Amino acid sequence: MPGLKRKDILGLRDMTTDEIDLILNTAETLKDIATRSIKKVPTLRGKAYCTLFYENSTRTAKSFELAGKYLGADVINVSASSSSVKKGETLLDTARNLEAMGLDALVMRHPAGGAPHMLARHLSCSVINAGDGMHEHPTQGLLDMLTIRQQKGSLKGLKVAIVGDIMHSRVARSNIYGLTKYGAEVWLAGPATLLPTGFEEFGVKVTTRVEEALEGADVVNVLRLQLERMEKSLFPTVAEYHKFWGVTPARLKLAKANALLMHPGPMNRGVEISSHIADGNQSVILEQVTNGVAVRMAILYLLMGGGEAA
Amino acid sequence: MGDPKAMLMDGNQMNRALSRIAHEVIERNKGIEHVALVGIRRRGVPLAHRLAEKLKEFEGRDVPVGTLDITLYRDDLTELASVPLVQKSAVTFKLPGTCVILVDDVLYTGRTVRAALDALLDIGRPSVIQLAVLIDRGHRELPIRADYVGKNVPTSKKEMVEVHLSDIDGEDFVALYDLP
Repeated sequence: MPGLKRKDILGLRDMTTDEIDLILNTAETLKDIATRSIKKVPTLRGKAYCTLFYENSTRTAKSFELAGKYLGADVINVSASSSSVKKGETLLDTARNLEAMGLDALVMRHPAGGAPHMLARHLSCSVINAGDGMHEHPTQGLLDMLTIRQQKGSLKGLKVAIVGDIMHSRVARSNIYGLTKYGAEVWLAGPATLLPTGFEEFGVKVTTRVEEALEGADVVNVLRLQLERMEKSLFPTVAEYHKFWGVTPARLKLAKANALLMHPGPMNRGVEISSHIADGNQSVILEQVTNGVAVRMAILYLLMGGGEAA
Repeated sequence: MGDPKAMLMDGNQMNRALSRIAHEVIERNKGIEHVALVGIRRRGVPLAHRLAEKLKEFEGRDVPVGTLDITLYRDDLTELASVPLVQKSAVTFKLPGTCVILVDDVLYTGRTVRAALDALLDIGRPSVIQLAVLIDRGHRELPIRADYVGKNVPTSKKEMVEVHLSDIDGEDFVALYDLP
C-alpha cells in the first residue's frame, strides 16, 4: 500500500524522491477534479483542518482552503492579525487550542523559521508548513517541480535559474532541495547583498551576474523582492534593481527559446520581472497557481485520507 | 497465496460469458446506439474493452469506453492505515442521453459499485446506468444487483474470488481461493 509514512510536511530537505514522486503523481490525478464541472469528491468528508497564517497570503492560504473543500473536508481559517494572537496568546497555545477543537491537520505559515517544526513535535495532528520565515515553503517547491515536470517531462539535467532575492526566499531553498534531488542544474543569481554565501554546499552554482545564470536555461524562476523583510538598504533603488537584476525581455532571450518563465507571486511588475514577459507566451505563472491547488489536494489526501497514522 | 481450491472459469468459458453478455446488452437496449461502457479500475477496464469488441463484432459499430477510478469515493478510507494510490478516471464522452454500462470483474458487497455510481454521477448525468459483472459471488451489503452476470458463484466469506486477465495477469481464468 503506498502512502506517506510521515505525520507532517515540513520541508523538502528531508523528503525522498519516492515521497515527492508520490505527491506529484497524486497531484496530477487530483488536478482533474479542480477542472471538471462538479469540483467535489467525498474523500475527506468528516475531516477538519485549519489554516493558521501569521503572515499575509493570497495564493497559498486560498489554495489550501479550496484544495480541502474540493476533497470534501471542513476547513477553518485563522489569520494572526484578527485572532487572539493580538491579545498575546503564544503560538503553541493557539495551536493547542485549535487542535482541541478536533483538527486532523494544521496548515501554518509563520515568520520564524522552524515554527512548524516546533508545533509538529507538540501536536498529534498533522502539521503542514505553508512557509516558515526564510527557511522552507515545501508546497511551493512541489508545485514548481510539478509545473516543470509537466512542461518538460523530467527534471533531470535541466538548467534552472533562480533569480532575485535569494536571501529572504524560502521558495528558493525548497526549490534547491527538491530540484537537486532530481539531478537538475540549479543556478542562483542576484545582487551580492541578497546572495548569502554557503549555498554552493547544496550543489548549486551561484553568480552575481543574472546573464550567466540565464544563459541556456530551461527554466527561469524569478523571485519577489521581499522589501518587507529588509531592515536596511541592500540595494540603491528599486529602479536600479530592475536595471541590473530584473528579468527583462532582452535577458530572457539568453535562455532557451522554449524556456519556462516562473514566479511564485505576488509579482512586483517592473521590478524583478517585466510586465511584458510576465504575461507572455513563455510564462507559466498562472499554471503554477493551478498546480498549487492540485499539490495541496495531494498532500491533504495523503496525510488525512487514511485512518490511523502509519 | 496457495493453490486455488476450485477453477470457476477458464479462458473459453470467460469468452463465451462475455459473448452472451454482449448479446444481452444488445437485446435489452434494442441495439447499442446510445450505449457506452465504463470499466471500473482495475480489472473492469480490460473487460469493458473486450465487451466493446464483442459489440462491434455483433453490431458493427464502436461504443465509447471509459475508465473509472473509485478510490476517492470509497467508504472505507478511514479504516485503512495508509491511503491507496489515486489513478485517473477517463470518461471523455457525453453522459446525458447515454446508457452507461458499468463493468467490473466481481460483484461482492456492492460497495465498489456504490462508489462507482457516485463517481460517475459527479462527472455527469447518464440517462440510464446498468451493471455488468463477470462473477457475482453474493454477500451484498447494499441494495445493488447486476443487470448482466457472467456466472453466479455461491461463496463463503472465508473465500476469495480472483479474476485473472491476460492483459494484466498473462492468462484468462477465474479461481476460488481460501482467504489466508
